[in-house]
Amino acid sequence: MSVVRHNLRSRGRISPAIWLVLPSAVLMIFLFAYPMAEGFRAAFVDPDTATVSLRNWDRMVSDPQFWAAVRNTLLLIVVVIPLQFVLALTMSLILQAKPRGSAVYFYLWAIPLAVSDLAAGLVWLSIFADRGYLNSVLLSLGVQPFSWLSYMSPGTQFMAVATAEIWRATALVLVIVVSGLQGIPKEYDEAASVLGATYWQRLWQITLPLLRPSLQVALILRTILAFQTFAVAQALTGEGFPLLVGETYRWYSALNNSNVASAYALVIMGISMLTAFIYLHVLRDQSRQVTS
Amino acid sequence: MSATITVDTGPLARFKRRRALLQLAAVSISLFMAVPIYLIAVAAFSTRDGLNQFPQPLWPKNFGTQTMETFLSSTGIVAGTINSLIVGVSTLIVSFLVGAPAGYALARFTFRGKDAYQLALLFTRALPIVVLSVPLARAFLATGLYDTPLAVTLLHTALSLPTTILITSSVFLGVSADVEEAARIFGCTPAGAFLRVVLPLALPGIAASSIFTFVTSWNEVLGATILTFSQRTLPAQVLTSLADSPLAYRFAGGLVLVIPSLIFIALMRKYLLNMWGTTIR
Amino acid sequence: MADIKIENLVKIYPGSSELANDNVSMHIADGEFMVLLGPSGCGKTTLLRQIAGLELPTSGAIAIGGRDVTYLPAHKRNLSMVFQSYAVFPHRRVRHNIGFGLAIRKRPRQEIEEKVAWAAELLQLTDYLDRFPAQLSGGQRQRVAVARAIVVDADVLLMDEPLSNLDALLRLSFRSELKRIVEQIGTTTVYVTHDQSEALSLGDQVAVMRKGRITQLGNPLDVYDWPADTFVGGFIGSPPMNFFDGSISGGHLTIGGNQISAPVGLDHLGAVRLGVRAEAIRVADPGTPDCLEGEVLVAEPLGASTLLTVMLGGHQLKVQAKPTIRTRSGDKILLAIDPEAIRVFDPESGVSLLGATRA
Repeated sequence: MSVVRHNLRSRGRISPAIWLVLPSAVLMIFLFAYPMAEGFRAAFVDPDTATVSLRNWDRMVSDPQFWAAVRNTLLLIVVVIPLQFVLALTMSLILQAKPRGSAVYFYLWAIPLAVSDLAAGLVWLSIFADRGYLNSVLLSLGVQPFSWLSYMSPGTQFMAVATAEIWRATALVLVIVVSGLQGIPKEYDEAASVLGATYWQRLWQITLPLLRPSLQVALILRTILAFQTFAVAQALTGEGFPLLVGETYRWYSALNNSNVASAYALVIMGISMLTAFIYLHVLRDQSRQVTS
Repeated sequence: MSATITVDTGPLARFKRRRALLQLAAVSISLFMAVPIYLIAVAAFSTRDGLNQFPQPLWPKNFGTQTMETFLSSTGIVAGTINSLIVGVSTLIVSFLVGAPAGYALARFTFRGKDAYQLALLFTRALPIVVLSVPLARAFLATGLYDTPLAVTLLHTALSLPTTILITSSVFLGVSADVEEAARIFGCTPAGAFLRVVLPLALPGIAASSIFTFVTSWNEVLGATILTFSQRTLPAQVLTSLADSPLAYRFAGGLVLVIPSLIFIALMRKYLLNMWGTTIR
Repeated sequence: MADIKIENLVKIYPGSSELANDNVSMHIADGEFMVLLGPSGCGKTTLLRQIAGLELPTSGAIAIGGRDVTYLPAHKRNLSMVFQSYAVFPHRRVRHNIGFGLAIRKRPRQEIEEKVAWAAELLQLTDYLDRFPAQLSGGQRQRVAVARAIVVDADVLLMDEPLSNLDALLRLSFRSELKRIVEQIGTTTVYVTHDQSEALSLGDQVAVMRKGRITQLGNPLDVYDWPADTFVGGFIGSPPMNFFDGSISGGHLTIGGNQISAPVGLDHLGAVRLGVRAEAIRVADPGTPDCLEGEVLVAEPLGASTLLTVMLGGHQLKVQAKPTIRTRSGDKILLAIDPEAIRVFDPESGVSLLGATRA
């Protein structure tokens, strides 16, 4: 209603909205568009000769750490995200069933939402360290302690990083899924149940399809954020478990080469965008498409 | 018709058993979420000798503030905390001053380029921080902004601006335009109607969004590390001194970084769902 | 198909001290159309949801077709239901919405197709079978909800205010359609509504509920004619029954100084509350004996009749007069009340002194 009115009034002159939007647009061009352009330039320019070249990319790919970082990043995403979604869905469905004390549960489960990946890494370090709490418990149970975070044991390194990531980042999925669940009128579930559907039938045929938009948002957001994970791994394993962002940081600070770092940054952006695009394409909603 | 019904309480017993299992699951998940925080607190408040013991006791048997005191008096921790606060508050202010008007415009007006603008917002939310940080560091080096809280503030504003705009827009959408028009009809100027009617109604939602902005800034490690050298924020300071610091330092640092999140989530609990529910569509 | 038996049902919601259902017992015969009627918060929906298995009773028992279902989960009860909000699944095409219950029951594909086609035909949805609910109007969605409920071979059909989200015109036309469909399939039906005209027009039986209890249960016309108390009389009928204080002694009925003959068989009751339907009061010609004189406050022509609000002995009375009447506010008119149409209630408790229904 008011939109129409404003429109009529502002026809023929510049909409007042422009003045409200302008500062943010200027700031975003400065903080996004410029660095992006600059990043592209830096990645494709040879720092010594100042000519366009693929030398930075060559250096990046020929570094053995690069492929380890790609592998670790993808592996972490492929393992952690499905587990997070199963866990977050379970948690949301538990909250949905309103057990006694669900407000307290929700608070406890949401806390990691505000915990940084660095802090999460340090928290789990106290558990996985050689003299940490996990080994302490194992020892008192009569089991031999194990060096979980040692570079000699990449499997347990990965497990530790994955556990910390699941602990930290499931909360984001949880909050999105819970709010999505709250947006589904409970009559759908009730109707299906009166018509004879069991709990699992309702979950698969009613709840999950209706939750699709929330799941899609959570999946995209979570995946993009997962590509940015690095401080967890740094805190737990030092350099022992290279991830793409960690390598970018290493090239920028330790190796002092911002051109190769820019190439890394573009790789990360490229993969995140590609994944988001694939998700959007694969998960598009038929019932909405027909409507529009 | 007159015979009374024999009630089968079997389903009721199964129902109660399921509720008990539900509680059990909830408690287990809560333990998974809460125990690590408890343990880091125990570790951070153990004496140095206590931390050297093995096996470690799971309760604060060797309670002492020595570890925390050492951490807090380490180089750059106090300064880093102050920097983090400065950066967090400035980010909050800048992104509100720039973002709220845009959010209001998105909620109340249609204008040419609105769709493109919204699309750009969504796109920027998806950009990895590292993509921005490296080029910005080069630019800031050239302009003398490098290694200042302002530089980190600008980066964090870039990170939180899209979210601030989308959240404030949904908050303003929640305040009915009719209320605002009623104020106009009764003689308020547009600005007066906004300040006296819309803003008070939108304030709780805006407060939640501000806390969220602060948390984002407080937690951001990578950009702050890349953009500073001596003026580190707290997480940047902890990250860069990880390699050559004892475990005690790391545990204390972990706890100091976690504590604010306990408070943030407690403050924002009511708004968490609304924020994510309405803004992301 | 099956009968429903409810025994001493009590429902207290967790965290509440009030009884949402207070010792409700009733029997709904096989094939009967039972309407649960009452104002919001009277416990009618709570009762329906317990029959459906969506809420569990605090105590008491429910049996459907002789089988105890008191604590049985909803999906094991073989029911179907139409919801106030329709609850048509937005992510399924109309065809798959209607066939949902059959697919869940793992019926052969051919049977599902035939039944869906039959229900779509019955509810004029054939052209919309491949659409998504978002592409339908509210009325069409309601038809889908009804079609979905009737294709399954359910023991009992439950309806929770199915018409209340439709606009007035559509509600009226769909009401008669619903009645025809339910008569045709003959399933035992429990129908919840707060709209007394729906209750009167649809039900074989009406249970009027108030504060968690059944105040009166009977066939619609009996409930209309012989309300068990002043609440029922005031809730059913439009306009509601007129109530006013009077006294009966010596075969005479005294109302605010006027006296007319008392209903037959009621001689010495003393002070009573009287109830008369608007259509049982007639505007009489001047000079007619045994009449009451009142003053017209408002005259509202409604087309088929004219509704008068008349001041009589300190009470306002609604009178349904002929549409041809010409009267204005301030006019004095004579009212003749059919003594047989007068209902007598206890002035304190409001309970009928004539028995719940005619003896």
